[in-house]
Amino acid sequence: MTFVDDYPFEAKLIRRSLAVAFTALGIGGLFGLIQALHRTGALRVISSADYYTVLTGHGVLLALVFTSFSITGIFTWAVTNSLGREAANKTVSRAWLWLMSIGSTLTSITILAGFVPSIPMSADVLFTFYPPLEAHPLFYVGLALFVVGTWIAGADWLLTYREWRQDNPDSRIPLQTFIVIATMLMWYISSIGVAAEVLLFVLPWSLGITQTIDPLLSRSLFWYFGHAVVYFWLMPAYLAWYTVLPKLSGGRLFSDPLARVVFVLFLLLSTPVGFHHQYLDPGIAEGYKFVAMTNTMFLLLPSLLTAFTVVASVEHGARQRGGTGRLNWLRALPWDNPAFVGMALAGLMFAAGGFSGMVNAGMNINYLVHNTIWIPGHFHLTVGTAVALTIMALAYWLVPQVTGKRLRSKTLAVVQPYLWFIGMTLMSNAMHRAGLAGVPRRTAEPQYQYVVFEGVVGGISEMRLQIAIGGVLLFTSLCLFLWVMLKTWLGPKAATIDVNGVIPEPLSGPEHSPRVLDNFKLWLGIAIMLLILVYALPLAGMLMNPTPGSPPFPM
Amino acid sequence: MEIHRFEKFWLVASLVLIVGFIATITYGSVAAGVTMVSDTGGTIQPDSFENTGFDDPGVRHIEGDRYEAYVVAQQFFFNPGSSEPIRVPAGSTVTFYVTSADVIHGFQIVDTNVNVMVIPGQVSKITVRFEEPGEYGILCNEYCGAGHHTMEGQIVVVPEDEWEGGSQ
Repeated sequence: MTFVDDYPFEAKLIRRSLAVAFTALGIGGLFGLIQALHRTGALRVISSADYYTVLTGHGVLLALVFTSFSITGIFTWAVTNSLGREAANKTVSRAWLWLMSIGSTLTSITILAGFVPSIPMSADVLFTFYPPLEAHPLFYVGLALFVVGTWIAGADWLLTYREWRQDNPDSRIPLQTFIVIATMLMWYISSIGVAAEVLLFVLPWSLGITQTIDPLLSRSLFWYFGHAVVYFWLMPAYLAWYTVLPKLSGGRLFSDPLARVVFVLFLLLSTPVGFHHQYLDPGIAEGYKFVAMTNTMFLLLPSLLTAFTVVASVEHGARQRGGTGRLNWLRALPWDNPAFVGMALAGLMFAAGGFSGMVNAGMNINYLVHNTIWIPGHFHLTVGTAVALTIMALAYWLVPQVTGKRLRSKTLAVVQPYLWFIGMTLMSNAMHRAGLAGVPRRTAEPQYQYVVFEGVVGGISEMRLQIAIGGVLLFTSLCLFLWVMLKTWLGPKAATIDVNGVIPEPLSGPEHSPRVLDNFKLWLGIAIMLLILVYALPLAGMLMNPTPGSPPFPM
Repeated sequence: MEIHRFEKFWLVASLVLIVGFIATITYGSVAAGVTMVSDTGGTIQPDSFENTGFDDPGVRHIEGDRYEAYVVAQQFFFNPGSSEPIRVPAGSTVTFYVTSADVIHGFQIVDTNVNVMVIPGQVSKITVRFEEPGEYGILCNEYCGAGHHTMEGQIVVVPEDEWEGGSQ
C-alpha cells in the first residue's frame, strides 16, 4: 500500500502544499534568471528600476512561499508517516492551508502589481522590507496571515502528536516527528519577532495610524527572526538527509541519538544569534554583537555533527551495496537515482556554503563581505542548493507516493541535479569572488562611475560571465524539474509506483539515548532563557532610548 | 549513550575549530584593535540636522593627523561625496560620521574596511587611516529605492600639502 491509499486526506494536503511550492519555485526561478542576466549586463528585458520588483518577488516567492509550503508538505508527510496515523483535526489542517495560501497570494499580488504602473499598488521593499521603506499595507497583511498559517500548521502536527502520545505513553518520539516538533518550537519562539514587528509597528504605520516608526528596533525584531528562519528552511532538508538519504544510499541512519542531540541544539541556538546580521549596524553595542558571534560559532556544531552522521550513513549504505576501499565505496552509490543524486550534491554544496558562512560569522572580517555579492553567493549554496535541491530530490521520491503515480521522464530527472550543481558552482564561486572585490549585492547595475572593482582571483568580466551562464544552467535545470513533476503529476495512476516508502531502523536506535532528549518542555525552557539572556538587555535599551522615528517612504 | 570513537574525535575537532574561531576574532577585537561600529555615534532627529555637524557636512581638521568627516546619505546621493568628492589628506586618520535623511542606506568605501549601515535616527561612526594619495569609490550597498544603483561617490586622498580643507 502506498501513502496515498493509506492517508488520502493527508496526501491531498501534501499535494496542494507542493503545488503551491513548485509554482512559486517556477516564478521565483524565472525572476532569478532575469536578475542574473540583467545585473551582469548579459541581457536586459526590464528597466533597472523594475529590477527591484523582480528582486522582491524572487526573495519572497522563493525564500518564503516555496520554502514554507515545501515544509508544510514534507512535515505533514513526516508526521503522518512516522506516527502512522491521520491528522487529529482535519479542520485545523484545512485552516492552515487556506490561511497560508491567502496570505501568500495577497503579498504576491502587491509585489507583482509593481510591474503595472496603472495599478496604484507596489511593494518594492525586498524580502527584508526594512522600514522606513513602505510597501502597500496588504503586503504586510498577507505576511501576517501567512505566518499565522504556519503557526496553525505547527498546532496541527502537535495535536496529532498529542493524540499519538495518549495511545503510546511510554514510546520514544519517532525521529521524524521529533524533528518536526523541534523545528516548530524553534519557529514559534523566533517568528514571534517578525509578528511583533509587523503587527505592533509596521502595519499600523503603513495604515497611517501611527506617524513614525523606529527603523533600528524594526530591523532588530526582523533579525531576531531572520536567522532562525534560515534554519526553518534548512530543517526539511536535514529531515531528508537524516531519514531518507541513508535509505536511498542502500543503508540506514548511523545514529538516532546523535540526530536528536543535533535538533535540540538547533532549537536552543538558532534564535539568539540574530545580531550577527547587524554586526555593522549603528546603535547596537559591540558587546551584544560579540555574544551573538560566540553563539553563532557554537551553532556550527550541529551542522558539523550532521556532516559526520550523514556521510557515515551514506558510506554504510555504499558498503551494504558492495562498496569497498577507503574512497572507492563512493562508486557503489546509486548515482543514477535522481533523489539520491540531488540530496548528495546538495549536501556537498552545503559544506561549501558552511565554510563561507563561517566567514560571515567572523565579526570583524564581516567588514569585508557585508552586503557584497559574497552574501548571495553564500546563501545560494545554503538555501538555494542545500534546501532547494534537496526538496526537489525528495520530490522525486515523495511525489509518486502522494499521487500514486510513477515518476516519468526519469532520464531528465537524473540530469537535473547534476545540471543544478554545475550551474551553482559557476554562479556561486563567481559571486563569492566578486564580493571580495567589493561588488555589492542588491543592485541592478554591473558598473559604477567612481568604483573600480579589482578581482582578487580572476577578472570581473569573467565573474560576470560565470554568473550569467550559471543562472541560465540553473533555470534550465529548474525547467527540467518542473517538467518531470508535471508529467508525473498528470500521468495515469499506476498499480505499483516503484518506490518503497519504508524508512529502515537506525544502526543505533533511540533506545541508546537518554529519555531526557525527548523532554521538549525542558529544551523549550532553556531556549527561552537563552533568548532572554541575549535579547532582553538590547531590546530594553532600544525601547528606553529609542531611535527617533521615521515617516514612511512608499516604494 | 554510546558514541563511536570516530564520532568523538570529530566532536572534539569541531569544538576546537569553534573555539579557535572565537579566539581569532577576540584577538582581532582586543589585540589588533578592529572595533565594531557600535552605539557610540548616538542618535539624531532624521528631519532636523541643526547644530549636529550634519547641517554643514564635510571634512574638518581636529588636530595633528586627525580629521572628522560628516556625510549625509539620502536617496540617491552622498553629501559630500556624490556631486563633489570627499577630500582628505594623505597620512590622516579620519573618523566618519554618517547618517541618513530618509531611508536605510549603506556606506562602503571599496578597498577599505569602511562598510557600515546608515540608519535614519542613528549616527554611524567609523575611523579609518589613509596613508597614500589616491582615489576610492563609495557605494550605497543597501537597497534604498528605484535609483539605488546610481548612489555612489568618491573620496580623493590628496598629498598632505595640497589639502585645502573641506570638500571643495
